[in-house]
Amino acid sequence: MNRTVVGLSGFFEGTKGEGFIRAGQSLDVTNLFIPSECVCVKFDFTDRMPVVRNCRFWKGMVIDMTGNKNKTVVVGMSGGVDSSVAAYLLKEQGYHVIGATMQIWQQEDRCSIEKEGGCCGWSAVEDARRVAHMLDIPYYVMNFRDEFQEKVIDYFVEEYRRGRTPNPCIACNRYVKWESLLHRSMEIGADYIATGHYARIVQCANGRYAIAPSVTAQKDQSYALYNLTQHQLAHTLMPVGDYTKPQVREIAAKIGLEVANKPDSQEICFVPDQDYAGFIERETGQKELPGNFVTVDGRILGPHKGISHYTVGQRKGLNLAMGHPVFVTKIRPETREVVIGEAEDVFTDRLTADHINYMAADHFEEGQKVTAKIRYSHAGAKCVIERCGAEEITVRFLEQVRAVTPGQAVVFYEDGVVLGGGTIC
Amino acid sequence: MSKLIYLDNAATTSVRPEVFEAMKPYYLENYSNPSSVYSFAGEAKKAMEDARKVIADSLGAAATEIYFTGGGSESDNWVLKGVAEAYRAKGKHIITSKIEHHAILHTCEYLEKHGYEITYLDVDENGLVTPEEVEKAIRPDTILISIMFANNEIGTIEPIAEIGKVAHEHGVLFHTDAVQAYAHVPINVQEMNIDMLSASGHKFHGPKGIGFLYMSNKVKIGPLIHGGSQERSRRAGTHNVPGIVGMAKAAWLAHAKMDETIAKETALRDHLIGRLEKEIPYCRLNGDRVKRLPNNVNFCFRFIEGESLLILLDQNGICASSGSACTSGSLDPSHVLLAIGLPHEIAHGSLRLTLSEDNTMEEMDFVADQAKKIVERLRSMSPLYDDFVKQQKKQ
Repeated sequence: MNRTVVGLSGFFEGTKGEGFIRAGQSLDVTNLFIPSECVCVKFDFTDRMPVVRNCRFWKGMVIDMTGNKNKTVVVGMSGGVDSSVAAYLLKEQGYHVIGATMQIWQQEDRCSIEKEGGCCGWSAVEDARRVAHMLDIPYYVMNFRDEFQEKVIDYFVEEYRRGRTPNPCIACNRYVKWESLLHRSMEIGADYIATGHYARIVQCANGRYAIAPSVTAQKDQSYALYNLTQHQLAHTLMPVGDYTKPQVREIAAKIGLEVANKPDSQEICFVPDQDYAGFIERETGQKELPGNFVTVDGRILGPHKGISHYTVGQRKGLNLAMGHPVFVTKIRPETREVVIGEAEDVFTDRLTADHINYMAADHFEEGQKVTAKIRYSHAGAKCVIERCGAEEITVRFLEQVRAVTPGQAVVFYEDGVVLGGGTIC
Repeated sequence: MSKLIYLDNAATTSVRPEVFEAMKPYYLENYSNPSSVYSFAGEAKKAMEDARKVIADSLGAAATEIYFTGGGSESDNWVLKGVAEAYRAKGKHIITSKIEHHAILHTCEYLEKHGYEITYLDVDENGLVTPEEVEKAIRPDTILISIMFANNEIGTIEPIAEIGKVAHEHGVLFHTDAVQAYAHVPINVQEMNIDMLSASGHKFHGPKGIGFLYMSNKVKIGPLIHGGSQERSRRAGTHNVPGIVGMAKAAWLAHAKMDETIAKETALRDHLIGRLEKEIPYCRLNGDRVKRLPNNVNFCFRFIEGESLLILLDQNGICASSGSACTSGSLDPSHVLLAIGLPHEIAHGSLRLTLSEDNTMEEMDFVADQAKKIVERLRSMSPLYDDFVKQQKKQ
C-alpha cells in the first residue's frame, strides 16, 4: 500500500534511519523497522507534515515532500515564543502562513490581561504584528469578543452560580480558539489552523485523531485540549509539540525573534486579580447572597461569603475555628450551603461525567482500564470504566482520589494519548 | 495580486506630490521656529500666516479665527473641554449625536464623569439628525451643540446650516466636526451658522499630525494645551510649519478643483454602488443616497462576517475597511450602524469603501467583481445563509 506524507522539510524519526528530510526530498521507508509497540501515526499521511514518531509504517510508504506549498495555515499568534516559533516552523515547512491574533478582551480598559502574560491583550497584538513582519507573513487581528463573552465568560459565571468550578480554558479552546478561529480561517482560504501548544496530534490506528502529550511532560497542555472535535483536529497543526521548551527558545534565539520572555499564563486570563467572586458580581450586576457552612449531617457551622468563593477540597480561607483542618466537600447551590467535612471526606473513588467528547476512542467499554486526570495539575490515576451510558460515564478509581470537583474536566488517557473526556457532574 | 487599489481614503489619504514639495523647504532650508526674533524666522512666519489665510478664505472666515492643532481629535477635544470649562457658569448641558466620531463621543463620556450632562441625539435610518430634534433637546443650561458635518462611516451629510440656525436662535454655540467633509464639499461658516469647526490635514491629501480649529471670534475659550504663547496664547507648542504649509497647499489644491473632483468621485461612487446593489443579493446601502459624501460607499452584506470579507479583499490587493480604523485593526459592530437601526449581526458584516479622485472605473469594476465573488464564497460557508436558504425554500 502506497501512502505518502506531504511536506517540505522536517525531522523524520524512525526507530531506524533517523534523519532530516530537506525540501523536495522523498524518502522511501520500505525497509524501515516496524516497532511492535507502535500504536499510532502522528499525522494524516496524505497531507500532514512529516514528523513521524511511534508510528505504524506501511511497506512501500513513500514520503513525498512537495505538497505544503499549496496549503495555507493560519497561526494563532500571541507574540510569545511558542506561537512565534510555530509560525516560523510552518513557514520553513513550506506552508503559506498567515498570522492572526484573536481579540477577545471585552473592554479596552480591561488591559490587565496582558500583564499576566495572557494570549490576547493589547501587547499581544503589537508583539505578534512585529513577529509576523519579521517572518514576512501576512497578519490580521480577528475579533472574537462576542464568542468569548458567550462561550467563556457567561459559562464561567453560570457554572459558579451553580456551585461548580468551571475550567474556562477548555471552553475557550473548543469554542473560541478552535470553532471560531478555524471557521474564520477556512473562510479566508486556510486549510489548517496552528497554535503554539505543547501537545501533539496523532492519527490512531482506528483512523481517529487525538491529542497526545508533548515530548516534554513538564509543559504538557493536552488536558485542556480534550474537548476538540475530530473535524477541528483534522485541521490543526501543533508544530512545537515536538520540541522541548528549551529547544523552542533555542530556535527563537537562532532566528533572532525578539520575543519577550513573557510569563506563561497560568490563571484565568480575564480575572487577573483572581477575585472570581468579585468578577461574577461585576458581570451579573448582582451582589452574591451569603449562605451557611454546614456539616455532612446538616448542622449549621456559621455563615459564608457566598458559594462562588468556594471549591471542593478547599481548606484555606474558610475562617472556621474547628480546632483542626476542615475542608469543603460539597456545594449545594439550591440551598446555598457549603458542606464542610474532614480530610478523608474529600477523597472518593468514583465520579460521573457528562458531555463526553470522544477523541482516540469512539466509545468506552465497561471494565476498560484507563488513566484519568481530574484537573490540570493532576498527575493521573488508574481507573476502571464502570458504566457508560449515552450521556454519562461513571468510573471507579483503583485508589481514592482527592477533591473530585463538579465542573472540572476528567480526561482519559491510554498509552499517553487522549481517549476522550467529559465534565465532572 | 496586481497593483494596490486603495479605497480607504476616509482613514487617510496619500500626500500629493505638490504638497510634499511645498513642505520640503520648511524642513531643509527655512527650518526656523516662527516664534523667534531673528529675521531668518520671518520666512517661516510668513509661510504660516499665508497658510492661515488660505484656510480662512476656504471657509469664509477671518485669518484670526483659524487655530492650528495636532489634528481632528485635538480640535474636537479642545472644543468640548474648552467650552465645558469656559461656559459652566451658564450650564453643564451639551447636545451631540449618537453617530459622532469617538473623538467626540469619548470626550463627552469623559465630561459626563465630571458632572456634565450630554444628550446624544438619535438619527434616522439614513443617519440624519433633524434640526427639530436638536431644537427639542435645547435647555436653558445648554452650552454647546456639536454635530458632525459628514459621517466618517456611512458618509451622510447632516443639515448643518439648519442646525446652526436653530443653535443661534437659542443663543447656543454650534460646533461641527468636519474632518470628513472639509476640502471635500463646500463649507461656508458664515452661511452655515458654524461657530467652531474641526478639520484634519491628512484627510484631504495633506500631511498627518496637523489640523486646525476654526473658532469664531465671539467664542472665548481657554487653551487645551498649555505652554508657550503660540496661536495667540490659545494653543501652545512650537508650530509644525511644514505641516501647516502642506495642509494649506492641500486645501488650496482641493478647493481649486472641488467641482471637478466631486463630479468624478460621484460618478465612480454611483457606478460602484449600482453594481454592488444589482449583483449581490441581500445587501443594503448604508447612509443617505443623496445627502452623501461623494467618495463614500458603505454596504452591509447579510450572513457574512465583515472581517473575513476585508481579509479576502486584502488578499486581492484591495484596501477597504469596516467603519473606523481607530482601534487595533479589529472590528466591533459599529456604533454608527447600530444607531441607524441595524441589528448587531448585520452591523458585523459591513464594508466601507472610500474613494479619491485617483481611482478609476476599471478599479471600481475590479472591486465589484471581487466583492461579488468573495461574498458568494463566504455565504457558501455560512451556516446562517444555509439556514436562510432552507427557510426560503420551505415558503
